[in-house]
Amino acid sequence: MGGQSLSVLTGVVLDENTLVTFTELCQSCDVESDVVAEMVEIGILDPTGGAPGDWRFEAGALRRAATAARLQRDLGVNLAGAALALELLERIERLEARLRALKGY
Amino acid sequence: MEFKDYYAVMGVARDAAQDEIKRAYRKLARKYHPDVSKEKDAEARFKEVGEAYEVLKDPEKRAAYDRLASSWRPGEEFRPPPDWDAGFEFSGGGVGPEAGSAFSDFFESLFGRGRGGGTGGARGATFRARGQDHHAKVLVDLEDSLQGATRAITLRMPELTADGHVTTRERTLNVRIPQGVRNGQQIRLAGHGGAGLGNAPPGDLYLEVELRPHPLYRVDGTDLYLDLPVAPWEAALGATVQVPTPAGTVDLKIPAGSATDRKLRLKGRGLPAREPGDLYVVLRVTLPPADTERARALYRRMQEELHFDPRAGLGR
Repeated sequence: MGGQSLSVLTGVVLDENTLVTFTELCQSCDVESDVVAEMVEIGILDPTGGAPGDWRFEAGALRRAATAARLQRDLGVNLAGAALALELLERIERLEARLRALKGY
Repeated sequence: MEFKDYYAVMGVARDAAQDEIKRAYRKLARKYHPDVSKEKDAEARFKEVGEAYEVLKDPEKRAAYDRLASSWRPGEEFRPPPDWDAGFEFSGGGVGPEAGSAFSDFFESLFGRGRGGGTGGARGATFRARGQDHHAKVLVDLEDSLQGATRAITLRMPELTADGHVTTRERTLNVRIPQGVRNGQQIRLAGHGGAGLGNAPPGDLYLEVELRPHPLYRVDGTDLYLDLPVAPWEAALGATVQVPTPAGTVDLKIPAGSATDRKLRLKGRGLPAREPGDLYVVLRVTLPPADTERARALYRRMQEELHFDPRAGLGR
């Protein structure tokens, strides 16, 4: 890969219009498919489509799934606990972003 | 290589019971988990704690470590004696791939990587021949998101050598920073992740964007915020003042009777997007210093003539 380093790489920004398949999500986050299915069941992830093969996730799901998997693995919590932590973490993140924007710290 | 005192890392006594060690680990893991912690060195501490726990939670490893520890002091130069683990039986397993790749030389010199059991991609039942996807965080200047740019990005990635050790390899990529990229968004570079096994394709590289703090503008999603200092008479009487925006200076009309913290919106002057963000100009009424007799006289005159009670709303 070193030889290519001089050429300019153009990537794809994963924004709210990007949809990710079940397989892509598992691959990207290195999470087993049954764990991802459980995350859907618990509501950590909310794909469109009925059957797993038709599931489409929004780009933010990549980060959520990876974080939930890490919390579960490292802290010995179950996925429901990881979901709760994740929701609180995201709330803190949003509040801190607001705070920075408004107060200038 | 330094001798590591795993008991000190975990904050437990040398004769701590196994469940005490487990409790200590759970507590420290929550405190230093990189996804949760605000501590500066959280990631390093988390790895250190994980490594200590890896040894102390396993009675076999712990016993072997204890025997060694009796003849070394923390921080002392350490070289494992050739037959240090003779007489100890290791059943292996237990080291997660994530954790295994991060352990110190000290750990590896004692327990190696082979005994750890983790071998990266082959976790669980699904065997994947395609290369692993890699993730990295990149700091992006606000200007680069506003205008788009091409930037050289240097990434350090841990790599497994042929003899099973972990080294760090640096590589520099010239990456196009797409216009309007925001905090927390990911840029996917297809085929620039880990190499595939055999003829399988490589994985992708995901760059998570973090915008560098800007001296003028603060960012919230696609919106920008700018603090604009104004004089009391500009806020009170109204004025037209020059304001910097990412696209250049504009004249901004400040309505008469504005108070501090009032937000004036410049539509579409935030980050570029399908629906571009806005620029919010936040008024900060700034008082002239009362550092001359003349200035003090003016303040005194306001005091006498305005009959202004800033605390009228406190309801005394």
